[in-house]
Amino acid sequence: MAESFLLKYIQEPDHGEVDAYVGRGGYEGLRRALGMAPAQVIEEVETSGLRGRGGAGFGTGRKWKFVPTDPAVTKYLVVNADEGEPGTFKDRTLIEGDPHRLIEGIAIGSYAIGARQAFIYLRREFHQGRAILERAIAQAYAKGYLGRNIQGSGYDLDLVMATGAGAYIAGEETALLESLEGRRAMPRLKPPFYPAVKGLYMQPTALNNVETLCHVAWILAKGHQWYRDQGSPILYSISGHVRRPGVYELPLGTTIRKGIEAADGLHSGRTFKACFPGGSSSAILPANFLDTPMDYDLAKLDVYGSMLGSAALIVMDDTTCLVEVVARTVEFYREESCGKCTPCREGTVWISQVFDRILHGAGRLEDIELLDGIARGMTGTCFCPLGESVPPAIYSTLRFFRPEYEHHIKTGSCDVKALARA
Amino acid sequence: MKAALSEASKVEIRRLMAQFPQRQSALLGALFVAQDEAGALYPEIIAEVAEVIDLPVSEVTSVASFYHLYRFSPEGRHLIQVCTNISCLLSGCDRVLRALKQRLDIEMGGTTPDGRFTLKTAECLAACETAPMMMVGPDRHGPLAPENLDEILARYG
Ligand SMILES: Cc1cc2nc3c(=O)[nH]c(=O)nc-3n(C[C@H](O)[C@H](O)[C@H](O)COP(=O)(O)O)c2cc1C
Ligand code: SF4
Ligand code: FES
Repeated sequence: MAESFLLKYIQEPDHGEVDAYVGRGGYEGLRRALGMAPAQVIEEVETSGLRGRGGAGFGTGRKWKFVPTDPAVTKYLVVNADEGEPGTFKDRTLIEGDPHRLIEGIAIGSYAIGARQAFIYLRREFHQGRAILERAIAQAYAKGYLGRNIQGSGYDLDLVMATGAGAYIAGEETALLESLEGRRAMPRLKPPFYPAVKGLYMQPTALNNVETLCHVAWILAKGHQWYRDQGSPILYSISGHVRRPGVYELPLGTTIRKGIEAADGLHSGRTFKACFPGGSSSAILPANFLDTPMDYDLAKLDVYGSMLGSAALIVMDDTTCLVEVVARTVEFYREESCGKCTPCREGTVWISQVFDRILHGAGRLEDIELLDGIARGMTGTCFCPLGESVPPAIYSTLRFFRPEYEHHIKTGSCDVKALARA
Repeated sequence: MKAALSEASKVEIRRLMAQFPQRQSALLGALFVAQDEAGALYPEIIAEVAEVIDLPVSEVTSVASFYHLYRFSPEGRHLIQVCTNISCLLSGCDRVLRALKQRLDIEMGGTTPDGRFTLKTAECLAACETAPMMMVGPDRHGPLAPENLDEILARYG
């Protein structure tokens, strides 16, 4: 396997110091980009095969091509640093550990699409990340990697920090734009207005994830061929019942089993029960899927909602009560629903009520069909993907772990909880 | 309670406004400036923010009420946010919460009588590698065990 590069400098004690960063070859990618035509930079990113790391996996170069090239039109680049998908913590790790990489990626992306102003929409709770980024941005201005006439190229870029205020839905790209405009973070209707064409202030906007832009910095520094030779690395956030939870840089398509091994395996004496292979909006998969590659193609499994998402692998061993886990997952979406559309606003409440009943020993056998029915009612009917994130956990556990629901309902009690305490 | 924003806060809000092509983009940041100074977003404070940015008070109120991190009544000096999302749930956040409630002798959402801590739960704080975890003010702490809570809380006066 190729050596890891995304995480290579994360542990350096001088992280965030521009001189150290430049000393290690930092900002070479930006220098190289500024010597190319913007269209060439986009081509380089597209040929690298990079797909967005925010969850949807859309080709980054392709996305940038949708931005109109007319120089008379004001364009923006917006960084999605609102990391909130349960189980995901890679963006925070990059921001705190290698902030100049992100700034370099932002400058390259902005140059490529012709933006003169870029914004980082940073999750409010990232206090440490905010301080680190503010310092790094100031340094980048001082050294001419941001601001006027960057490195004598004639290209100007202004980079502004913006803040979230606690709302998971603000991570959805159109809701983020609303929030960045100072409004309630409610998703916009798309089509017709994709951000690349009508985004921030209704101007063409490239919206990218933190990790995506860090990849861009490496791609421009080392070239698309080198990047492809690295085997499309991706950051997996691995958490839950593993011995060494953390962010791991592994080739795209690493199997669930290998991911768990990378995180040092399960605790001793425990066996694997299930996992979310792609954050809490993905399906919950049992042990017979352990050799499934965690790739965008995960979507090809015949399991509804199996997807890579933000590459958050949440591992659950035999002490896990899946009814409780799914109930908690639904509660999250219920709390974070923006309330704009009925299936999501009401569906999450109804499902939560059924789970409450089951977990409090008052469940009825009909509740299983009821859960399935409400989930069906939400499938394909929600205004944005938040609502659509609820059914996968329900469908998959009803399919793979139905006896666990039945046991709860029939006996009014949970067997595995006792296991956890033992 | 303070009914007026200081000139320094207004200057800071104007600085934020100047960074964006449209002034309303500064609203989220401005509300934090105001909240940090006044302790909470009291109606008079919201009205002042609205005036500085030149927005209808109703719009500012509506925006503020949408986001979890704004508060409309005062809280303790240090906000404790215990993550209870999946990875933290799997790692035993329940035990941590119970211990915290007992140690502080307050319920969820409550504030200690000395005004030192307010206790809340939170959704995933993007630090699941240290589950179960919490934030106290701006700081992350984890992995937590009921035994190491005292030592952490002692750092916050
Ligand atoms: C409910 C919801 C929450 C999201 N949260 C995030 C997030 O926190 N960070 C992120 O980068 N993308 C998030 N996304 C995905 C964004 O909408 C968008 O696809 C992404 O930021 C685009 O960047 P990329 O092309 O670089 O992946 C979220 C999507 C949805 C539907
Ligand atoms: S699906 Fe949920 S979060 Fe998305 S628009 Fe509808 S109510 Fe809002
Ligand atoms: S689930 Fe607690 S920090 Fe992510």
